[in-house]
Amino acid sequence: MALNDPYECPACTNLFAQWGHNTLAFFQQVGQAILLNSRALFMTPLMFRKRMRTEVAYQLFYTGIKSLPVLSVVAFFVGMIFAVQTGIELARFGQEVNVGGAVTVVMLREMGPFMTGLIIVASVGSSIGAQLGTMKVSEEISALEIMSIDPVRFLVMPRLVALMVMMPFLTLYTDVLSIFGGGVIATVQLGVEPAAYLDNALLYAENKDLYTGLFKALVFGFVINMVACHQGLTTKGGAVGVGKSTRSTVVISFLVILITGFILTKFFYG
Amino acid sequence: MIEFRNVKKDFSGRPVLRGFNLHVRKGETMCLVGTSGAGKSVTLKHMVRLLKASSGEILIDGEDIQPLEGKALSSMREKFGYLFQSAALLQWLTVYENVALPLRERTKLSDGEIDRKVRHVLDRVNMSHALGKLPADISGGMQKRAGLARAVVSEPDILLYDEPTSGLDPVTSRTIDTLIHDLQSDLGVTSVVVTHDMISALTISDRIAMLHQGTVLEVSPPREFLASQNEVVRDFLDSQCISRNFFEEFPERILK
Ligand SMILES: Nc1ncnc2c1ncn2[C@@H]1O[C@H](COP(=O)(O)OP(=O)(O)OP(=O)(O)O)[C@@H](O)[C@H]1O
Ligand SMILES: [Mg+2]
Repeated sequence: MALNDPYECPACTNLFAQWGHNTLAFFQQVGQAILLNSRALFMTPLMFRKRMRTEVAYQLFYTGIKSLPVLSVVAFFVGMIFAVQTGIELARFGQEVNVGGAVTVVMLREMGPFMTGLIIVASVGSSIGAQLGTMKVSEEISALEIMSIDPVRFLVMPRLVALMVMMPFLTLYTDVLSIFGGGVIATVQLGVEPAAYLDNALLYAENKDLYTGLFKALVFGFVINMVACHQGLTTKGGAVGVGKSTRSTVVISFLVILITGFILTKFFYG
Repeated sequence: MIEFRNVKKDFSGRPVLRGFNLHVRKGETMCLVGTSGAGKSVTLKHMVRLLKASSGEILIDGEDIQPLEGKALSSMREKFGYLFQSAALLQWLTVYENVALPLRERTKLSDGEIDRKVRHVLDRVNMSHALGKLPADISGGMQKRAGLARAVVSEPDILLYDEPTSGLDPVTSRTIDTLIHDLQSDLGVTSVVVTHDMISALTISDRIAMLHQGTVLEVSPPREFLASQNEVVRDFLDSQCISRNFFEEFPERILK
């Protein structure tokens, strides 16, 4: 596969030529990453095969269940923080009751998928990058290739399935918990009745907010896996290389999540 | 069986193989020896197309493997078993699962048959006691032996060993040598063994190839190799205290 013969920048002293080569190398990498994950996407029907089922199940568990503790804390606190801040402003106009709508709409549309995405990048994405990177530098990937086991099917596909299935669920979980956290502040600090908080939340939030948020989460799942697996599988240079690909997995995923998040928001809310 | 015709390989302009010619015959055991960085591992990786030559031809059973892709490449690779320098076991699978993996993925054997074969090869490499252990929990020598079991379990036609005895104690090294020798005589496989260890090379091989600066300096049977007048070969032998009378002096019971 193309991953094995990456574009090599010839060593040249001319600065402009160097830029040119770097640009070419950049676009080649982007193309590779997209191709890699698209191939994995087309292989998803294979996940029901007997030999793949346990691996997919394990990845679902690792991505989903194992992320719940940290997500719970983050979601709850972000909900509370948001309610405190909006509460202060709304209280100036005696509009405390609208804190429910504010928290819910922001969480469903933007903050839910975004926060979940960042946390999953930092936990699951980095671990994929590090694991595949280590496998690459310790020749385990080559060993798979010689056994005619396609690393895309064996390693990338189960992780893609796990991330794309779990991201929407985890986002929903984040949404619910942070709205609950906001509710706690609204009741305890702002003196809004719980029922009024919920009514207000449902008044402003629409189904579209929920669906677009969950769709975003799905896309983020794809993107995280794309960056992490590509960085991992193109690792070079021992332990230092693994460190580098873990780092760039996190950094690149953050950026790509921000950018795709913006594009999707523009698309849905124009 | 395996033929390199004027193969050249460079990494970012730095030549590693420079006009490499080698012919491994069917059923023989060929040892590749040479100093560190001579290109031994690189040569092995070319045989299974983990690396692509910059120019030249590599023929396996008369077929040039350079242009192979997809299905054709996989079926070419199915002829091979490969023991990596670092063993390269999958860290999250037990020894047993690692050895079973090629059978599960490449064959349609029933679970019972797979179990029988896996236990059999693990028994042969003296690893029966460590079936359920993870690679991280066993020693380097045990990992090598598990890697060896994985390489041979699917009964390939050609076995490639990258330093099967490096990092092992001398006694275990000789056990591995015996194993390689037995596999070759039992199954009639063609083997290519990369090694620094001249005792291994002299005892198991039909022919020895000396690699030096990206070319094959000399290919000859062990006894002729010992008598070689080539300066590089002599240095290599002398540095390991291998005398010209190696075969007369070495204990018979270990030689087999
Ligand atoms: N993927 C690679 N990229 C760049 N250079 C490489 C690569 N693989 C090998 N080399 C270079 O090729 C040369 C030969 O390497 P090789 O691994 O074949 O040595 P070797 O003969 O197996 O040595 P050792 O006995 O230490 O294992 C080395 O100089 C190494 O730096
Ligand atoms: Mg080597």
